[in-house]
Amino acid sequence: MSLLFTNARLIDPENQTDTLGSLLVKDGKIIAVGDNIAAPEGAEVIDCQGHCLAPGIVDIGVKVCEPGERHKESYKTAGQAAAAGGITTMVTRPDTTPAIDNPETLEFVTRRANEAAPVNVVPMAALTKGRAGKEMTEIGFLQDAGAIAFTDGDNVVTDNKVFSRALTYARAMGALVIGHPQDPGLSKSAAVTSGKFASLRGLPGVSPMAERMGLDRDIAMIEMTGVKYHADQITTARALPALERAKANGFDITAGTSIHHLTLNELDVADYRTFFKVKPPLRSEDDRLAMIDAVKSGLIDTISSMHTPQDEESKRLPYEEAAAGAVALETLMPAAMRLVLNEQLTLPELFRALSLNPATRLGLDSGRLSEGAPADLVVFDPDAPFVLDRFKLKSKSKNTPFDGQKMQGKVVATYVAGAAVYRRD
Amino acid sequence: MVFRQKHLLGIEQLHPEEITALLDLADQYVDLNRRDVKHSEALRGLTQINMFFENSTRTQASFEIAGKRLGADVMNMAMQASSIKKGETLIDTAMTLNAMHPDLLVVRHPHSGAVDLLAQKVNCAVLNAGDGKHEHPTQALLDALTIRRSKGRLHRLNIAICGDVTHSRVARSNMILLGKMENRVRLVGPPTLMPSQVDQLGVEVYDDMAEGIKDADVVMMLRLQKERMDGGFIPSEREYYHRYGLDAEKLAHAKDDAIVMHPGPMNRGVEIDGELADDINRSVIQDQVEMGVAVRMAAMDLLARNLREARQNQPVEV
Repeated sequence: MSLLFTNARLIDPENQTDTLGSLLVKDGKIIAVGDNIAAPEGAEVIDCQGHCLAPGIVDIGVKVCEPGERHKESYKTAGQAAAAGGITTMVTRPDTTPAIDNPETLEFVTRRANEAAPVNVVPMAALTKGRAGKEMTEIGFLQDAGAIAFTDGDNVVTDNKVFSRALTYARAMGALVIGHPQDPGLSKSAAVTSGKFASLRGLPGVSPMAERMGLDRDIAMIEMTGVKYHADQITTARALPALERAKANGFDITAGTSIHHLTLNELDVADYRTFFKVKPPLRSEDDRLAMIDAVKSGLIDTISSMHTPQDEESKRLPYEEAAAGAVALETLMPAAMRLVLNEQLTLPELFRALSLNPATRLGLDSGRLSEGAPADLVVFDPDAPFVLDRFKLKSKSKNTPFDGQKMQGKVVATYVAGAAVYRRD
Repeated sequence: MVFRQKHLLGIEQLHPEEITALLDLADQYVDLNRRDVKHSEALRGLTQINMFFENSTRTQASFEIAGKRLGADVMNMAMQASSIKKGETLIDTAMTLNAMHPDLLVVRHPHSGAVDLLAQKVNCAVLNAGDGKHEHPTQALLDALTIRRSKGRLHRLNIAICGDVTHSRVARSNMILLGKMENRVRLVGPPTLMPSQVDQLGVEVYDDMAEGIKDADVVMMLRLQKERMDGGFIPSEREYYHRYGLDAEKLAHAKDDAIVMHPGPMNRGVEIDGELADDINRSVIQDQVEMGVAVRMAAMDLLARNLREARQNQPVEV
């Protein structure tokens, strides 16, 4: 079974090119990329009509609320949302209820994911039992069961002895650990970033320095243990020099940021709009611009949706009490297109952070448009305008900060291993 | 009619003209309150519900008296003891109350922004009686009325707001109001009790008391809010009193005719010397309580007028 995409703007993050051409897929893999490919006999030809063709997004840190809170999001709804958003691989979080911290739960989740989700799902597992920061999980068994990385989500392991042992053990297993750089003392009960806005609104704030302190601690731990480490979200300018030094020192460290921290700032919270409450909280405009520069330069490696479904009840509360998090599987791409349309990033730079880098970091062979790579692809129209209606989202929860906003960039079709999992109506 | 608000959620939303209009009307209510027969019919037929999700004796009593003097049917709900404990959300409580057709809802809540949230869900006038660390608009208005009556004006004054600014909604509302009326506002207190980057909000910040209240026309003391503190903000109350507590000696740095204010309830011997607080030549603390009733009457009267007008303009369904 062959599939030939013609007349496509090929967004190649490996070669950093954006060229018109064709791409041939056979048996779920890319077998040729170029400007003059003849259609093999029996091949289905898809005319992309000049739309972009890019490697599907690999999204590190998606929360699917199974087990425990299926009323917020299931593998089925998350999978459909991902497909509609051009995400071909969801790297799922273990911060469920209960946490995914043993091989049995992980196997259950994997089975559910395979049954229900049309896109690839690769699960992460907890680093410590119950994400409580006291005892490490069965890292070896969990790896055997398919855990691709280990993280306690936004629970920081505060006991440095426990953390250093877990990291040392993880290093021996060759496991990737994903940390949440944040000083837990400073950030305790914070709802926004401290500063002028927090002071005016009378909301408890956290200094941006808490992120830098958390990162400094984690970097010391990497130096001590030699672990392979990825910071889930770097969101403040103050943390960047430390990250840069750690990379220059040759530590095995990469870092991500969230789409919300690249496209929104603290002032968007305005009159206590809880759909803008995320963790870590939205930052200043200066921080936002610094994050964009860091993605462009490659200092920040990945961009994630940090998809966190919350039902209406968890959000319709006073700001301090409201749950943090936003759904973003379907808005990741159009929101990221703002950076391209503002000429802050090129499309190949964007897909380096959305697809290539996350895949590479996780040891997946997707995320690229090269021969032999799986045909996980997204076709999108970068200019198509629309107004986001949150009730049309496929996610079960509708907590998006982009409701009613004008956006540009629509997914036309999404393919996983050469099979269409989404087509625009 | 200059007052155009549907709710009184904060000073931030008010135009200086609206503040003046409200204070002018409050002046009239001060006169009414000093008569033997203290009654008006401004709120006749209207229902006022006081919802206090946080303990309050003074503010609640002040709103209750204000409503009763204007002829409203006033009901107090002690929310701390009620359904909130049974897990009902704020929105559900609001919807339930809304179904009873109140006209004026007076709300105090421990979380910043909670009163705004509630106001979005009901169709009556909402008065913020204090939300978390955000705003306490009627307190700022009563302080403004006290200052205006005592100093003869509400502009070009040096006003020092001293003490626990970070936990204080009174300080925020006052800072905004006094700024809007073109006064020079200074915040004085230990840096641990100052909100971050507050110096960028048009005020001067001092951590030395003598320097901060130098030549002040008004010295406004704040209560040290021990119940809102979740850690050591100050080393001890006695050191706090020594450095930041207002006594006659520190007050000597202010102007000779400077007045002393405090929103109450006072911690005597912590932020203010007991004798100074009772000194009728300097302290206007009792006047503040009196002005409180008048200002709340004026606020409810104006909101009720707007409410009635809005209802009249609505097409009646036949």
